[in-house]
Amino acid sequence: MKPLTNRSKAVSNKKMTFLERIYLPAIIGGMWITFKHIFRKKATVKYPDQERPRSDVYRGKHVLKRDDKGAERCTACGLCAVACPAEAITMVSAERQIGEENLYREEKYAAVYEINMLRCIFCGLCEEACPKEAIFLTPELVISNYERESFIYGKDKLVESMDNRIDVSKRQEPLVISKKFNG
Amino acid sequence: MSTLLIIKIVIILIIFTITLVIAMYSTYMERKVAAVMQDRIGPDRAGPWGILQPLADGGKMFFKEDFIPKKSEKWLFILGPGIAMFTACMTGAVIPWGGTVTMFGETFSLQIADIDIGILYILAFVSIGVYGIMIGGWASNNKYSLYGAVRASSQMISYELAMGLAILAVVMSTGSLSLKDIVESQSGGHWNVIYQPLAFLLFIVCAFAECNRAPFDLAECETELIGGYHTEYSSMKLGFFLFAEYINMFISAAVISVLFFGGYNFPFMHELGLSSNAITFIGVGVFFAKIIFFIFFFMWVRWTLPRFRYDQLMHLGWKSLIPLAIINLIITGAWLIFKDDPSATWSILKDSF
Repeated sequence: MKPLTNRSKAVSNKKMTFLERIYLPAIIGGMWITFKHIFRKKATVKYPDQERPRSDVYRGKHVLKRDDKGAERCTACGLCAVACPAEAITMVSAERQIGEENLYREEKYAAVYEINMLRCIFCGLCEEACPKEAIFLTPELVISNYERESFIYGKDKLVESMDNRIDVSKRQEPLVISKKFNG
Repeated sequence: MSTLLIIKIVIILIIFTITLVIAMYSTYMERKVAAVMQDRIGPDRAGPWGILQPLADGGKMFFKEDFIPKKSEKWLFILGPGIAMFTACMTGAVIPWGGTVTMFGETFSLQIADIDIGILYILAFVSIGVYGIMIGGWASNNKYSLYGAVRASSQMISYELAMGLAILAVVMSTGSLSLKDIVESQSGGHWNVIYQPLAFLLFIVCAFAECNRAPFDLAECETELIGGYHTEYSSMKLGFFLFAEYINMFISAAVISVLFFGGYNFPFMHELGLSSNAITFIGVGVFFAKIIFFIFFFMWVRWTLPRFRYDQLMHLGWKSLIPLAIINLIITGAWLIFKDDPSATWSILKDSF
């Protein structure tokens, strides 16, 4: 079998020599190794001050997209909730009233849409399942908190605001978009 | 007389403060040394470079719940950390921190008490320190704590023997038990480590065991005994145990410097033509530099070596260190006789056979 590294050594039960038995050379060798590590480059990332770059398609906190006119894309079809392996998504659907056309893109919408961020495993299957390109994962992180209840994100936290739109074009492959919209 | 008394009181206060501050910052240093040896940064949030971290830790210790287990021996439980802290603080009294200073019309040495059995005093107090751990572990009424305490006491008793024998070689070659005399005899670069390398090696190994530090930290064993003798302790009682350990480390570093590295002596101290006071103050600085190096050395070893197994520890102590120390003692004695009168050596040898 090919070894993974060339550092492997065959184990033997030979009797230790005098130098090996008094341990001192091995101890000095070990201390030299730890001493060298003092001058190594540190691996620490000072997280809140300094963030490691995340991929454009990093699977973080979700966003519920609006269309270009500002209407919510979600129609509360429930496919994301069905696809979710962690059962983190719940929703209550409602019918759009006359005069709400600018708020909701289609006749049915999600009156309540909640994702339990403690259950969510950030697999991205909701994003894949969505036929309306409404839900996406973003490179943003779910921030920590003290209360369990505060991890159930409702529409107030999920729906994007029109002033501060979130670009998800990197996640939308042209082939997928054409399939989803043109059958 | 009264001036001298005031000066001594001031020295006591200064040394006590320095002991506590150094012990406090040893915790910070420990975390930093551990971090850099593992390619990390270590505490850096409290103040610039994390300088205020020990204060934050101390504040945390004070405000934690002081819990006494229901089935513990209450008074012994309180007494344990008290003894540990008390003995740790007492040992600093005989260490000569510097030479003599002439000030305010008085000439005094920077030492609290130059008692002529200084080294015995230290050994005695270190031995009492075992009681703190033993009582603490016993009073907790917890089997892990008791294991830790039993391990600690048997380990410290075994290693005190080898330590005493290693020191005896130094005492024999100096001809005095006073730490001041031992330091003075090393002036001019005649450091004991050159003449007694084996004694130094034995002493430093025993010092690790006496301080309950890795690779001999069997009394605590975070991984096996969940803290050993201080498992049940919380708040400042735990703080006292941990603090006493760092003070012990500081005192050990000081004793190593005194016995083997010339204490406050530094090379060319008399050739530079400085005034007596200047030499003393530089000497104090040099002494503390040596102490800090040895504290670093203690930490360096801790983050390099894994813990010994209990039987290996006992094996090393009884079957290796004590015989080596005795051999060292015999060689030192033979050398002392030979040095005094080479011809007499021959006649002694002839008589003994």
